[in-house]
Amino acid sequence: MSSSKEVLFSPIFDNNPIALQVLGICSALAVTVSMVNTLVMCAAVIFVCAFSNLFVSMLRSVMPSSIRIIIQMTIIASLVILVDQVIQAYAYEVSQRLSVFVGLIITNCIVLGRAEGFALQNGPYMSFLDGVGNGLGYSVLLILVALVREPLGAGTLMGYTLFLSVNDGGWYIGNGLMLLAPSAFFIIGLAIWGLRAWKPAQVEPADYEIAENVQYREAI
Amino acid sequence: MEHYLGIFFSVIFIENMALTYFLGMCTFIAISKKISTAFGLGVAVIVVLAITVPVNNLIYQYFLREGALAWAGFPDVDLSFLGFLAYIGVIAALVQILEMFLDKHVPALYTALGVFLPLITVNCAILGASLFMVERDYTFTESVAFGLGAGVGWALAITALAGVREKLKYSDVPEGLRGLGITFICVGLISLGFMSFGGIDL
Repeated sequence: MSSSKEVLFSPIFDNNPIALQVLGICSALAVTVSMVNTLVMCAAVIFVCAFSNLFVSMLRSVMPSSIRIIIQMTIIASLVILVDQVIQAYAYEVSQRLSVFVGLIITNCIVLGRAEGFALQNGPYMSFLDGVGNGLGYSVLLILVALVREPLGAGTLMGYTLFLSVNDGGWYIGNGLMLLAPSAFFIIGLAIWGLRAWKPAQVEPADYEIAENVQYREAI
Repeated sequence: MEHYLGIFFSVIFIENMALTYFLGMCTFIAISKKISTAFGLGVAVIVVLAITVPVNNLIYQYFLREGALAWAGFPDVDLSFLGFLAYIGVIAALVQILEMFLDKHVPALYTALGVFLPLITVNCAILGASLFMVERDYTFTESVAFGLGAGVGWALAITALAGVREKLKYSDVPEGLRGLGITFICVGLISLGFMSFGGIDL
């Protein structure tokens, strides 16, 4: 049994759900145009992931394994309905901008993946920590992407002006690419590169080795 | 008719599920190493989307929306908050039924799709398409065109990515970027390419 500290913190860099487990990318990209959206989304994912892990873990001994997916889906969907209603009640504007992506937490692979992969084998306390940890790992990468996209794209951060844009009489010409979909892919790709340069254990093996060039004449 | 064709083509090219809304990314990245498997998964997604979006549309129109239960004598009931639960239930059930139906009647297709069918339940593109359908308030016929188009667009995107990745494995990629990292950057470039369709007005 691993220590609770390890369960909580290892998903953040060593076993990041997005960068290494390839889970939950779906919603990770669309909400990162602005920091406020990102923070709300992260809070929602941490909440759903932690509590779905907790409930699945508490029910794990009474759930028949043949219908466990349906039960897990029901638990997750109920939690997401709860989150969605709260966001609509207290942050209506944000809920309009997040549009369908709050609902898509249901099919966020992190939530189901952790319920299947961790909560079914471990006790409620550890599972809860694992849920929080994975939610945090997801949040760290999302906040990183949002930190690049919002200032470079619009010159603002959380709605406050960092660089005064040309339209308002300032000097900063917004980088339109950062507001568009593809930039999120590039930033996550580069973030993964950075993470793997820092922790080389995560580098994937190559499919083919490039052979040494032995015929120098051809090379010249 | 023109209106429906407009919805169909705009969801394939301009509002592509995978490349513009990032839906179904997990499977999109995980199962795009070979063209043949990517194409199989793409076909399965087309089938499931073309069925689930119209079915969810009916459920929304006749059970969940505000005043929809008037036919049962409850004109004031608004059940739309139950949407998520209902849609995901419909999707899970339909995928299960489709699996049993194909197993019994079209075994060739079942063996071809076999592995991918259960995976589709948790594909965000399926639930996402249903939620977009509700948000944009499509009618039944519109939802048929939307569901079909969303599936075709997703299948097109994953097949294109698989084509790129099949060539990519022979190239000399920097160590840390190998695998996942370079795949993300490729998807970004494909997505940029698809954005050039954005100027088309349908």
